Order: sequence, then structure tokens, then C-alpha cells
Amino acid sequence: MQRLFLSLLSGGLFGAGLFVSGMTDTTKVQGWLDVFGNWDPTLAFVMGGALVPMFVAWRLTKGRRPLVGGDFPAEPRPEMDHRLIAGSVLFGMGWGLAGLCPGPAVASLSYNGVAGFIFVGAMLFGMLVAPKAGRQLDWLAARV
Amino acid sequence: MEMDWICGAHRWWAHRAGRRGFPAGNGRIMGASGIIGGLVDGSGWHNAAERLIFLAGVIVVPILLLPFFKGGVDTHATSNVAVLIAAGVLVGLGTRIANGCTSGHGVCGISRLSLRGIVATVFYILAGGLTIVLFRHILGVI
Repeated sequence: MQRLFLSLLSGGLFGAGLFVSGMTDTTKVQGWLDVFGNWDPTLAFVMGGALVPMFVAWRLTKGRRPLVGGDFPAEPRPEMDHRLIAGSVLFGMGWGLAGLCPGPAVASLSYNGVAGFIFVGAMLFGMLVAPKAGRQLDWLAARV
Repeated sequence: MEMDWICGAHRWWAHRAGRRGFPAGNGRIMGASGIIGGLVDGSGWHNAAERLIFLAGVIVVPILLLPFFKGGVDTHATSNVAVLIAAGVLVGLGTRIANGCTSGHGVCGISRLSLRGIVATVFYILAGGLTIVLFRHILGVI
């Protein structure tokens, strides 16, 4: 019950933050990605505003345990692989095309009209076929 | 600005899954794409209730905030269906293959100085930038 309540609280704060900060405005997102053209740096403050408190929060987890039991995640894994690079490139292409990434796409469902549902529907399809596509990618990578 | 909470939300999901013996959730961090993707491909069904209630919060809170924004909020999303579908599929595929999106690799990853998160973020911003160059400045589609 405690976990469900915290899930709702975290999701609500996440949705509120995305809504208020302009992360669901595709013009702003595409302006932010337009680094080689008419660059709009304002979303850097959203990212920075999220990074700074989170950086402090990670420091605070050292030597502590989560309130609801268990452990904090293990240290980051250092290894890079073809999945990380290829997946990020595909994601970046989609993000640039529509100006929506998964969090903001969901947060804006109530006010993004038909476009929002088409995008999220296509995204869910992409997520459904991703495990198979990932295995194909492994197969290809093993032969390069 | 509250994007950071997503990382916190997942600390206990991750350990909970780990304790129950689900390798997928063992000591891992999740962002928006991980929460949604796990529901879609079945890898996160063991804690589906937490994922669903998280997503309910993400969707419902903006609805509650909307009345306070006079004149409404415009996402300026394209009405080009082909672009929306192509972009959606690319985002879904890419974030699941790379195991993270703006919240997972970007916010949660960079803030704990994860090299994977930093590399992923550099690649998706570069790819996004080049996509804008091609489709906006050269082809004029978006």
C-alpha cells in the first residue's frame, strides 16, 4: 500500500513537472534539439533543474537504505554495447521528428488530441517489437 | 522540473523485484520508457500495479492542473500522421533497445555520473539534432 501510494505520488510529481516545465511543448523540444540551426537552449534549464537535485539525492543514498526496505540500485555498469548506441540513435531520430519522448507523450495524453494517441500507439507498437528487433541487432552485431 | 522523482520512484521497485528473484528488476534504474515498456513486453508484469498507478499519476495530474492555465496548453504537435507514426515507432524501439530515454539515461543516469547514461544522451541528442537538420532545414517536412 505504501509502495502504491509512493508510485502515485512520484508519477503525479513527474507528470506535473513535465506539464509545467514545457517538456510537452514539441516546438520547444525541437528548438532545443535544433543545435545546428535556430537553437533554443531553455530546456537545458529543465534538464539541469532535474539533474542538480537528483545528483544531491544520489549522494544522500550513500550509506542509507530506502524507507520502504531493500537496497538502492547497484553502481552504474560501465560497459557500452551496440544496443546502447543503436537504440539511442533510433530514439533520437524519433524524438527529433515529433518532439515527443515517452514521459511527455504520456503526460500530454489529455491535451495532445488525436496526435498524442497516434504517437503513443505507435510507441507502444515499437516497444512491443523491440525485444525481437534487439535480438536481430545482436545477430547483426556478431557478424560485423 | 520534478523529473528527478522518477528515479526515486524506482529504487524500491528495483529492489523489490530483485528480492523476489526477477532478474529484470534487480538493482536497475527505470525511467518512463522502462515503466511503460515493461508493461508492453511482459518483462514488468510482476509489479504491474505499481507501474500502472505511476502512469495514472503522470496522466491525471496534468488534467487537474489544466484549469489553472488560462487559454489552455498547446503541445504544437504535428498533424502529419506519417511523421507521428514513424516517430512513435522509433521512440518505442530505440528507448527499449537502448534501455532508457530522457528520464532514465538523461536525468537518472547523468545525475549518478553513469557513463552509459552520458553516452546514450550524447547519441540521442546528436541523432535528434541531425534529424531536425535533415527533415526541417533540408526537406522541410517538420
